[in-house]
Amino acid sequence: MAQLKKILAGTFAVMMTAAVFAGCGDSSSSKSDTSKSGDSAAAATSEGGEGGGDSVGDYKPAKAERITQTAEGSEDSKNTIKICTWNDEFKSRLRNFYPNYDAEKSGFKINAEGKEEVGETEYLKNGKKIVWVTTANENNAYQNKLDEDLKAQAGSDDKIDMFLIEADYALKYVNGPYVKPVKELGITDDDIKDQYKYTQEVVTDANGDLEGVTWQATPGLFAYRADIAKEVLGTDDPAEVQKSLANWDEFNKTAAKMKEKGYFMLSGYDDSYRTFSNNVSKAWVNANLEVTVDDNLMKWVDQTKEYSEKGYNNGTSLWDDQWKADQGTKGKVFGFFYSTWGINFTLVEQAEDHAGKKDGLYGQYRVCEGPQAYFWGGTWICAADGTDNEEDVKDIMKYMACDKDTLLKITKDTQDYTNNQPAMEELAKDFKSEFLGGQNHIALFVAAAPKIDCSKLGPYDQACNESFQKAFKDYFLGKVSKDEALKNFYTYVKEKHSELKVPS
Amino acid sequence: MRRKSISYAKWGYIFTAPFFIAFFVFNLIPLVSTMYNSFFENYLVLGTTQVGPNWVGLKNYSDLFAGADLGKFFLNTLILQMLGFIPQIFFSLLFASWFTDLRLKLKTGAYKIIFYMPNVIMAAAMGMLFFTLFSQSGPINSVYQSITGAESPYMFFDHVWTTRGIISLINFLMWYGNTTIMLMAAINGIDPSLYESAQIDGANPTQTFWKITIPLIRPILVYVLITSLIGGLQMFDVPQIVTNGGDALDRSSMTIVMYLNKHLYSKNYGMAGALSVLLFIVAGILSMLIFMLNRDSTATKKKKRKGGKK
Repeated sequence: MAQLKKILAGTFAVMMTAAVFAGCGDSSSSKSDTSKSGDSAAAATSEGGEGGGDSVGDYKPAKAERITQTAEGSEDSKNTIKICTWNDEFKSRLRNFYPNYDAEKSGFKINAEGKEEVGETEYLKNGKKIVWVTTANENNAYQNKLDEDLKAQAGSDDKIDMFLIEADYALKYVNGPYVKPVKELGITDDDIKDQYKYTQEVVTDANGDLEGVTWQATPGLFAYRADIAKEVLGTDDPAEVQKSLANWDEFNKTAAKMKEKGYFMLSGYDDSYRTFSNNVSKAWVNANLEVTVDDNLMKWVDQTKEYSEKGYNNGTSLWDDQWKADQGTKGKVFGFFYSTWGINFTLVEQAEDHAGKKDGLYGQYRVCEGPQAYFWGGTWICAADGTDNEEDVKDIMKYMACDKDTLLKITKDTQDYTNNQPAMEELAKDFKSEFLGGQNHIALFVAAAPKIDCSKLGPYDQACNESFQKAFKDYFLGKVSKDEALKNFYTYVKEKHSELKVPS
Repeated sequence: MRRKSISYAKWGYIFTAPFFIAFFVFNLIPLVSTMYNSFFENYLVLGTTQVGPNWVGLKNYSDLFAGADLGKFFLNTLILQMLGFIPQIFFSLLFASWFTDLRLKLKTGAYKIIFYMPNVIMAAAMGMLFFTLFSQSGPINSVYQSITGAESPYMFFDHVWTTRGIISLINFLMWYGNTTIMLMAAINGIDPSLYESAQIDGANPTQTFWKITIPLIRPILVYVLITSLIGGLQMFDVPQIVTNGGDALDRSSMTIVMYLNKHLYSKNYGMAGALSVLLFIVAGILSMLIFMLNRDSTATKKKKRKGGKK
């Protein structure tokens, strides 16, 4: 009997210990039950691209069936504009430039430090509330949150009205079941005729319907420090500096010069990434759902490895503190690859010692085309299917992305590059950016924007780009070999998207 | 004869019932369902469309063993755990024996609170704090640069052992206070006359520590080992925050639960289930092992006591 008790006690002890771990498996089992219903749709999309036959093209997802709304929005939801986003960029645009935004009632003001402040609740002039659902973008976090919320949309009485998407995963939502075509909102072809074509191609679904609009176009440039250029290259004139950066060979030579004078050419490993990843000859994922690495990306790897070994870069990663610090007065970095939003939204913030004071490196940056044309990022506004504030969504889209006057005002006030080709060309005739020391950078953007090629975008880009940068950082640090880094990259992508096939 | 004896056993069952009911509903059922799920292919494609659940037998397990470096993650967990546990047990024993020393007569109230403080802070916040402290432009690096005159900062998170060291340091700081207090309670439970008589016999503090304190607090030491082992196997938030997801440096600081999180995060329920089951088996084996060790020691003690009574 005593023996039995001991065994019993032992079993319970083990079970209790195990119970501590059970929490981990918990969420997996409960969630899987709720999502069984979507079975058949899954097969359709994942196999959608495989009809291509023998010649393997890029993976293009098929348009998924839209979902019928089963619940109506509550009174409260009908009076609330719910918008999902990952940062403050669109918030700031809406607050500053949307004429029907009630700045007074929302308590919107610019504080002493130059930061925008709002009261507890924000309102439109028609009395409707605005609610922001903000989730960080990195590591698919925003996508995961959005997926969950949109999945619940049909049966929920608290409707999402709009959500924002980025180029790296635009195709996923554009072809997904949760978006309402722009046409259905009542935005006509005439409204959008002046937009850059590529900004429409990115958000056009497999059936040819436009699913979103954007207020910006995002051609990329190379932003450099005028003081360093003068010291090392003897000139800070953008046209002259461009000659030293005209192609990758010249770029490398300039990098060596920077090193001699004690400066870094680039801040981190990933700075030049987009210039390579936008000039690929094939997409990340092909029609057989196989992950492929383009040769141009391996060129990025080789160049960055060389830069790391020779000390041409400062060993930072995108968005980390040192990377940001490198853009300020204490930085020793010559330049940064930045697209439109990066210059007026990110770089300005880091360059000033005191935000909004126009001190520090304000006026010390210049821009030039750099070695290769590229684009980076961009934010599109989509209407969520099932929105119960259709009129407001349409109005916001129309004002923020189609209205010439609003777009001109945005560019003039914030120096963002907006999505209206004739307006920008007009503006480019005489534009002076105070932040860029009086340079007319809009003219450079006007020249760069038509070169944007978005045909290699795919729905898996965020996972692939982030994993690729992560995996190869170890290689740049000398922790793993090139082959091991490549293998790690495949592992990371496979973990994020198990439907993809990777070489084993 | 048998009828007259009153059984109090049922009260024991009644009073323990709430635990077993809660355990059954919230732990056992999810546990079994996790095991069940581990045999299915079940994941989301692009966040919208569900694949499976399709019965795939042991495929998830074979993928798990073939695909990633499972052994590496177990080893990482063990390394991080031990790097934290060894200094933790050393300092805890040291402080506990100082604070309970009859001759030193230290006032310990304030120290107990101070020692316990780091544990009150959320682990993720501790992780964030240390990440900022040791970052490229953080205070530790400015101190390092001003002392050594080095031109470039030391990249703590670009080296395997400094990263592991920082993680272990956080774990150590968070848990040594807790262990100290438990060990103090254990030492206080020892009959002071044992120490007094040992001192009269001429034993020095080192001798009383090794010959009296350690043998008598052995059950508590084993308990500390169990809890820290369980805590260590589940290590997640600190390394997750410090390494920003754990992919850095060829995943050299990725623990097994962080790896599990990768699968859960991308909604791959089958793989996550298989990994959970594996973790369960390992935890079960470890718990069983420690239970056996503990039982042996109590069994021998009982025998000795019986022998004494004779």
